[in-house]
Amino acid sequence: MTNDEDNQVATRAGGPWLWFLRGVAASFSIPGLILASAFVGFAGLAREAGLTMAETVFMVGIVWALPAKVVLVGAILSNTTLLAAAFAVALSSVRLMPMVVAIVPEMRAPTTRKWVLYALSHFVAVTSWVVALERFPTVPRYRRTVFYAGLGATLVVINMVVVAVVFSLAQNLPPIVGAALFLLTPIYFLTSLWGSARERAGHLAMVFGLALGPVFHLVAPGVDLLAAGLLGGLMAYGWHRFARRRARA
Amino acid sequence: MSFAAIDAWWWPYLFILLAGWLATDCWRYLGVYLGDRLSEDADILVFIRAVATALVAAVIANLIIFPAGALAATPLALRIAAAIASFLAYLAAGKRVFVGILAGEAALLGGIFLFG
Repeated sequence: MTNDEDNQVATRAGGPWLWFLRGVAASFSIPGLILASAFVGFAGLAREAGLTMAETVFMVGIVWALPAKVVLVGAILSNTTLLAAAFAVALSSVRLMPMVVAIVPEMRAPTTRKWVLYALSHFVAVTSWVVALERFPTVPRYRRTVFYAGLGATLVVINMVVVAVVFSLAQNLPPIVGAALFLLTPIYFLTSLWGSARERAGHLAMVFGLALGPVFHLVAPGVDLLAAGLLGGLMAYGWHRFARRRARA
Repeated sequence: MSFAAIDAWWWPYLFILLAGWLATDCWRYLGVYLGDRLSEDADILVFIRAVATALVAAVIANLIIFPAGALAATPLALRIAAAIASFLAYLAAGKRVFVGILAGEAALLGGIFLFG
């Protein structure tokens, strides 16, 4: 199909606003619900770390990726310096780069302006990325950027509200509810991180990271996350190279 | 200079902006720039993903082993058992995250009611 025909199909399938709204509707789904429950946990975590509601809501909007925020709050909890915190967050966010690399060719139409792609890339995080790649085949190419704008912006705004609401309720919670709330973040990532691993090296990296995190927390607090990430990642990558060489031989 | 280093209203926001937004969005922008120039399975990306995964895993383990707040009052063995229950339920249910979360929470609350 030529671009012109594709554009005509898109026009027949509905205008930009209709597809924006379909993107909004796509955020009210099971993945969206799971994400909101993870943000309930994150609000409890940030509150416990001593952040204010305004700081936490600001963080949700401006950083968006949940692993990056959990690492940032972890760094704030261990009283890390700005530079070390930025380095740890940057390491945890590298994963976004290949995700954006993967979604851009799917989303781009020949007439799409560059700044639109840069602006939309802010919404890239695990949930919106998974939902978008799943739904794009049913979205006309010329409507994919507005669809993704509706999906991404809605997820961000909903979870900013979720965090604000949980923050204001959390002070009156009985301890048992608080305990259940703080368990949400680690078990959400324990499961979703395993599912998002692309290759065996990702699963190994996760196991190494789980084991090394607490060890480095005891022997090298302050650089524990960086040390566990670099060493665990290096070990998993080493295994990846070794296994590939053995498969070839 | 840590998060609590400067006692001014704007400092936490600047900290979040530099250590949070800049450290995260620079990768998203680089991703747009690279577009389709990099192959998804380039070797360097395998390494980068492995480091990122291990780092987030380290955070998870620390949140379970050395928790803050109300979770810190629960026994360590119970927290580890709840995490294991969550992960096993997730695998058994065909990698459904929601099932894993429910199982983990049920194990934690059940343990608190039984032994707490």
